Amino acid sequence: MNQYPLWKNLLILVALIMGLVYTLPNLYGESPAVQVSPLRSGVTADSTLMGRVETALKTSGLNPDAISLDATSVKARFADTDSQLKAKDILQSNLGEDFVVALNLLPRSPQWLTGISALPMYLGLDLRGGVHFLLQIDMKGALDKALESAASDIRSTLREQNIAYAGVSRDGRLVTVKFRDAETRGKGENEIKQHFGGLLLNDKDEGGEFLLVAALKPEEEKRIQDSAVQQNLITLRNRVNELGVAEPVIQQQGADRIVVQLPGVQDTARAKDILGRTATLEVRLVDEEHHYAEGSPVPFGTEMFKERDGTPLLVKKAVIFTGERISDAQPGFDSRDNEPAVHINLDGVGARKFKEATRENVGKRMAIILFEKGKGEIVTAPVIREEIGGGRVQITGRMSTEETKNTALLLRAGALAAPMDIVEERTVGPSLGADNITRGFHSTQIGFTAISIFMIAYYLMFGGVSVLALGANLLLLVALLSMLQATLTLPGMAGIALTLGMAIDANVLINERIREELHNGNTPQASIHAGYEHAFGTILDSNITTLIAGIALFMFGSGPIRGFAVVLCLGILTSMFSAVLVSRALVNLIYGRKPRLTKVAIG
Amino acid sequence: MTNKIFLIPLQICGEGNKGTNMEFFRIKQDIPFMSYGRYTTSISLVTFIVAVIFLATRGLNFGVDFTGGTVLEMHYAQPADLNKVREQLSGIGLNDAQVQNFGTSHDVLIQVPLKQNTSGSKLSEQVRDTLHSQDASVEMRRVEFVGPQVGKELVENGAMALLLVSLGIVCYLWMRFEWKFGLAAIIANLHDVVIILGFFAAFQWEFSLSVLAAVLAVLGYSVNESVVVFDRIRENFRKLRKTEVAGIIDNAITRTMSRTIITHGCTQIMVTAMLFLGGETLHYFALALTIGILFSIYSSVLVASPLLMIFGVSREDFIKPKAEVEEVLP
Repeated sequence: MNQYPLWKNLLILVALIMGLVYTLPNLYGESPAVQVSPLRSGVTADSTLMGRVETALKTSGLNPDAISLDATSVKARFADTDSQLKAKDILQSNLGEDFVVALNLLPRSPQWLTGISALPMYLGLDLRGGVHFLLQIDMKGALDKALESAASDIRSTLREQNIAYAGVSRDGRLVTVKFRDAETRGKGENEIKQHFGGLLLNDKDEGGEFLLVAALKPEEEKRIQDSAVQQNLITLRNRVNELGVAEPVIQQQGADRIVVQLPGVQDTARAKDILGRTATLEVRLVDEEHHYAEGSPVPFGTEMFKERDGTPLLVKKAVIFTGERISDAQPGFDSRDNEPAVHINLDGVGARKFKEATRENVGKRMAIILFEKGKGEIVTAPVIREEIGGGRVQITGRMSTEETKNTALLLRAGALAAPMDIVEERTVGPSLGADNITRGFHSTQIGFTAISIFMIAYYLMFGGVSVLALGANLLLLVALLSMLQATLTLPGMAGIALTLGMAIDANVLINERIREELHNGNTPQASIHAGYEHAFGTILDSNITTLIAGIALFMFGSGPIRGFAVVLCLGILTSMFSAVLVSRALVNLIYGRKPRLTKVAIG
Repeated sequence: MTNKIFLIPLQICGEGNKGTNMEFFRIKQDIPFMSYGRYTTSISLVTFIVAVIFLATRGLNFGVDFTGGTVLEMHYAQPADLNKVREQLSGIGLNDAQVQNFGTSHDVLIQVPLKQNTSGSKLSEQVRDTLHSQDASVEMRRVEFVGPQVGKELVENGAMALLLVSLGIVCYLWMRFEWKFGLAAIIANLHDVVIILGFFAAFQWEFSLSVLAAVLAVLGYSVNESVVVFDRIRENFRKLRKTEVAGIIDNAITRTMSRTIITHGCTQIMVTAMLFLGGETLHYFALALTIGILFSIYSSVLVASPLLMIFGVSREDFIKPKAEVEEVLP
């Protein structure tokens, strides 16, 4: 009578097995681990690194439970936090500054589960503890700065070309250049047009003055904003690396915001300090007369800095100019031989100083040093080929395109990083996170038990079936969340509990309908059939309205609320499956084969 | 007076039928809900107006998510001395900081409103350092700082979400049933939302982002309730050809009554568990859900259906008159 075709039964079975497999990792729990990832782009995580980690741990008598290698890092798992902390210190001193050694938690699940990428649910910051920052980039500041430097560039360009002008001033988003007559204005306009592709120029005559009004083209504005965001993202990434966070999230949000999430970080003061640090750039001359020898003191008036590849270099203490004078740095190619190059634009003052310095030091090297946290590093140290005027500098020589890109970024990072403000901060301590998990878990457990008792008492066998279906729902929901690696937050856990409470609705609808059909005098088999058929339309309708609310919450919600919305939406889908298909399959299994069924236990 | 009428047709069964049966509602006759329509809608109207008055006079106690500002949760090893904490905070110029216990006597919640001159992100460190210098056992459990602009956006997004959910539901019900149903359901459920907000205003409970999420979830969930009743109404229009509209609605409500109570009961079991065991963070979330669930039972039965009558729902909304014309012809 009530039988599902084989394929339907198989489908349900497969779904449940998949659910079980992907839920499993959540039951194994996590154990403390140390994660080693390379800091520089040149170094990769490979088997040699894994070997180094292994021997370093072995020689100091630490026995990790497992060491694994993935695309970006080597991870070693330990039985307890003590050996984890010891291992971190040992590895950090052994591997040096080229690697980040961070504390992490790794799932304890067996290899075959990790192999099919069955991972535990990804816990949000409110459950695992950590810091969440929302940083806002000051776009107005970035644009003002760009215009300011355009104004000073226009000044020096006009002066160089001997075009007489009466004044250059910036007023809001406009740069106004005053000329004495229309003819020089025409000349000036041509010159400016040639040099500044990003400016929109307009003539204006006002009170006998010949004005040229320049504004940023919209596409140029967009480019400046994009590059401000990109540059801040890169800078933040570099800095977060230094914090030694295992799984940091650094993402752009909207047009001018960046989200930084640092799971496990407790010291917010240090995190803010490092994130908010401003880098400075200095251009100095390399001391060619002396050579650096390890151990001996550096000659008077010089300092030792290392290049990015680690070679030490003696650099004079006198600063030619600082990063503020650099208005832009972009990777590109040399126009003559197509070699990868970095193009640097200097502002008026910078250009003049640069011209003087290069005139006197042709054939010598100059070093561009990036200072972060009081520590300097040479970004690049090119040889001066000729006197360079006009503020347009090009650095070439034995660089890959990748390197030019990095160099340009570093130069910009030290030069014109648009200022950022923290507009939102959420910190959750680890103990509160653990408490939240226990609380969420407890309330779900108790609620589930209470519902089970009630359903079985009220609907007997059909209640039991409903409870099993509800269990299947929980299993599938957890499996789905683990599979998608959606972030589980505390409201998300509340969402799991709530969807369970709501999911029972479908079964109540079905059971009530079956009862009603029985009261109307139908046979049990016909009643079961009719109950499921009739209730389905209602279940669909009522779930779709909740789904609409869930989707709206997802679209407009932020952070933890979004987690709630994800769980709500997924929970509705899994509950439709389990309440209708799984429970029907179970009922079929129990009653479906008996053609002359006279009584069913539905209370 | 209404109580008396309720009791007559309701029989709670424990004995009589088949021995072990458990069934709360064995209702012999349809309850004439529609004949009390006038009373129930006026009760609704009164509650609604009271809620609006509370909202207007007291307003919502918006949490830091919406107003911007800083919230710190500190944990002390021994019961905390709130006055001392207040003193320490005024020492660093935070006279307007609100200090209160949070959950237990060991936990202290400090709320500092937004200030123009100091950067909010620096504030948390300042507070922590000050409290730490007095008592080394203090542990910072949670910090939330929301800048003014972010708060404003959250309010806007919340309002957008509410609007979108309402429109989405009306459109869906319009498509699936009829515009009268969509309108009746959304009025009934927005009335729930206003009442939840009224409670939050009356008791000055903190209205945070998670409460907003609960309110929107309630909106989706209680429309659910109306949909089940509407579904029955539609079915009845097709099945019970001779019955009056009021009779059809009464029957639909009576038949789904048992399901209504059991479903909401089950959901409420879960929500109650959250209310008491979920901790402070989930407390108001669960509270909003509780109020929402209680009122959604009421509103979907006693507000949405009378509204449907007022809008003049009829058999012709479902059964095309064209079919009847064809029947007459031969």
